[in-house]
Amino acid sequence: MPAPIGTKLVTARFGNEEAKQLSAYERLGGYQVLRKALAMRPEDITNEVKASNLRGRGGAGFATGVKWGFVPKDAKDVHIVVNADESEPGTCKDRELMYWDPHLLIEGIVIAAHALKAVHNYIYIRGEMMREVVVLQKAVEEAYQRGYLGKNILGTGLECHITVHRGAGAYICGEETALLNSLEGLRGQPRLKPPFPAIKGLFGNPTIVNNVETLMNVPFIIEKGGAWFNSLGMGRSGGTRIVCVSGHVNKPGVYELPIGISFRQLIDEVCGGVWKNRKVKAVIPGGSSMPPLDESELDVPVEFDALMTDERIKPVEVVPGQVFDMGGGRVLRTMAGSGGVVVMDDHTDIPKATWRIMKFYAHESCGQCTPCREGTGWLEKVCRRVADGQGKEGDLELLGTIAHGIAGNTICALGEAAAWPMMGFLTKFRADFEAKIVKGRAA
Amino acid sequence: MSLEFSSEAKKKIAGLCERYPTKRPVILAALHLAQKEHGHLSDDALKLVARELDLPYAHVYGVATFYTMFRREPGGKTTIRVCTNISCMLRGGYDVLDAFEKKLGLKKGESNKDFTLVEEECIAACANAPAVLCGTKYYLDVDAAQVDEIIRELLRIPHPESEVV
Repeated sequence: MPAPIGTKLVTARFGNEEAKQLSAYERLGGYQVLRKALAMRPEDITNEVKASNLRGRGGAGFATGVKWGFVPKDAKDVHIVVNADESEPGTCKDRELMYWDPHLLIEGIVIAAHALKAVHNYIYIRGEMMREVVVLQKAVEEAYQRGYLGKNILGTGLECHITVHRGAGAYICGEETALLNSLEGLRGQPRLKPPFPAIKGLFGNPTIVNNVETLMNVPFIIEKGGAWFNSLGMGRSGGTRIVCVSGHVNKPGVYELPIGISFRQLIDEVCGGVWKNRKVKAVIPGGSSMPPLDESELDVPVEFDALMTDERIKPVEVVPGQVFDMGGGRVLRTMAGSGGVVVMDDHTDIPKATWRIMKFYAHESCGQCTPCREGTGWLEKVCRRVADGQGKEGDLELLGTIAHGIAGNTICALGEAAAWPMMGFLTKFRADFEAKIVKGRAA
Repeated sequence: MSLEFSSEAKKKIAGLCERYPTKRPVILAALHLAQKEHGHLSDDALKLVARELDLPYAHVYGVATFYTMFRREPGGKTTIRVCTNISCMLRGGYDVLDAFEKKLGLKKGESNKDFTLVEEECIAACANAPAVLCGTKYYLDVDAAQVDEIIRELLRIPHPESEVV
């Protein structure tokens, strides 16, 4: 059975200003799980994480334990790099997690470091998160002073270091290999894969890049067991999930919820319904790079696999009648992504909202791959003229084919991040775009 | 004119260099420090970072121009970052940006001695949209009508980004 609404793990200390201090964190039971973990064999920790069905909370939803398992057995100089570069529009959880509970993150990192035999570890935090940089740096200092970090953790002889590494403004650095390049002192441009970071990552060493929320779940898994954690979720997705609800609801917020609640429940029961007594028009289910849902698709659960495969969600099309092929005949519905749920009411100007999303990706394309560098710029330009009522006949087909030309043809997923929502909004809300073109021509 | 780091900044950079196998990863921190101490990243400031970390000037230039928080021109004491991305847009982010432009007499991207006004991409405060970020200070659930008050407060207590490096 999924956990009841109200079960809180990683957000339990939200709102408690004291909890970010080490003394208060310890009083609340903090770092006790670390003691337990340090007495465990590294492979037993990884096995618990595998059994927990914890899936990456950054966007891709990859099984964390499986990812850890990719590090070669005899590997030396392994690194854990925490991806704290949260910048996917609609996503606002990692910033809050770091602000309210920095020591839980540190405890999660040290446990993971023991499992992976990682000594030099880094938290790559977004440059704009200045308040959170201050909080994290203080917490890391405290952890060193009390022996939770350093050359001889709690007298066990284990060595573990954490360095807070501040970025300087670039969405692309949330892509794990761009993040590694940025951390190495380069421009933040993604690397070709393979090799994957688990084999050859930071400084050429095996590296596990995990999201903030992902690592903060690890202490709970070690405390209560992987099977227990798995039982909180549904299907192949264990635990709770933070969803960040923004846009046109009465109570936007950062909510930790059982995996498996439907979008309709989320909007009506958790967020107090749509504002101004309006109806839902569109919902972005997991950050702005994910294709939207329309009102008829809201009974689908907020869960990784359901959003990819549930047949109640209409497949994304390139142009009407031509379903977008993800490769191997797989269709694209949508994905749970980063947990950023953006609700739009029935008064929303959908072409304008889509334009704003395209403007973002055009701004953030790193410029490395031609289809993305040029394509995102064209998506923005054409989408803007449609939104402004200046669209030309054929513009919607043009937008679909530009998007199609980007997807699958770039080094990293930023190309898809722009192409998918473009095709998705056109698929679900084509009439809204067509209406703009007719108006433009009539004027 | 050749620029220098303060002894405090030099110490900080030296300490950071010990956290990595080479000096190059310290470049972002060194650029943040150079911007703090010299206001913006002039050619001379980039040369200073190159010298301090034994890196080619071209490399430092390439990195400094990739990231949006580094500025090559002087700016105001407080950078006002107004988010207009999707979640903020849906709740009036553009009205807030317009209000700042009017009240400050600045277009986005422009500066006077007190302020630099920036149209910012998502700052991860979507549940409290529209959001505005000034250094370590967040203004949340902002209404365009509050802009006057925010400006007055920031004139009284500036929130320079350079406080955090």
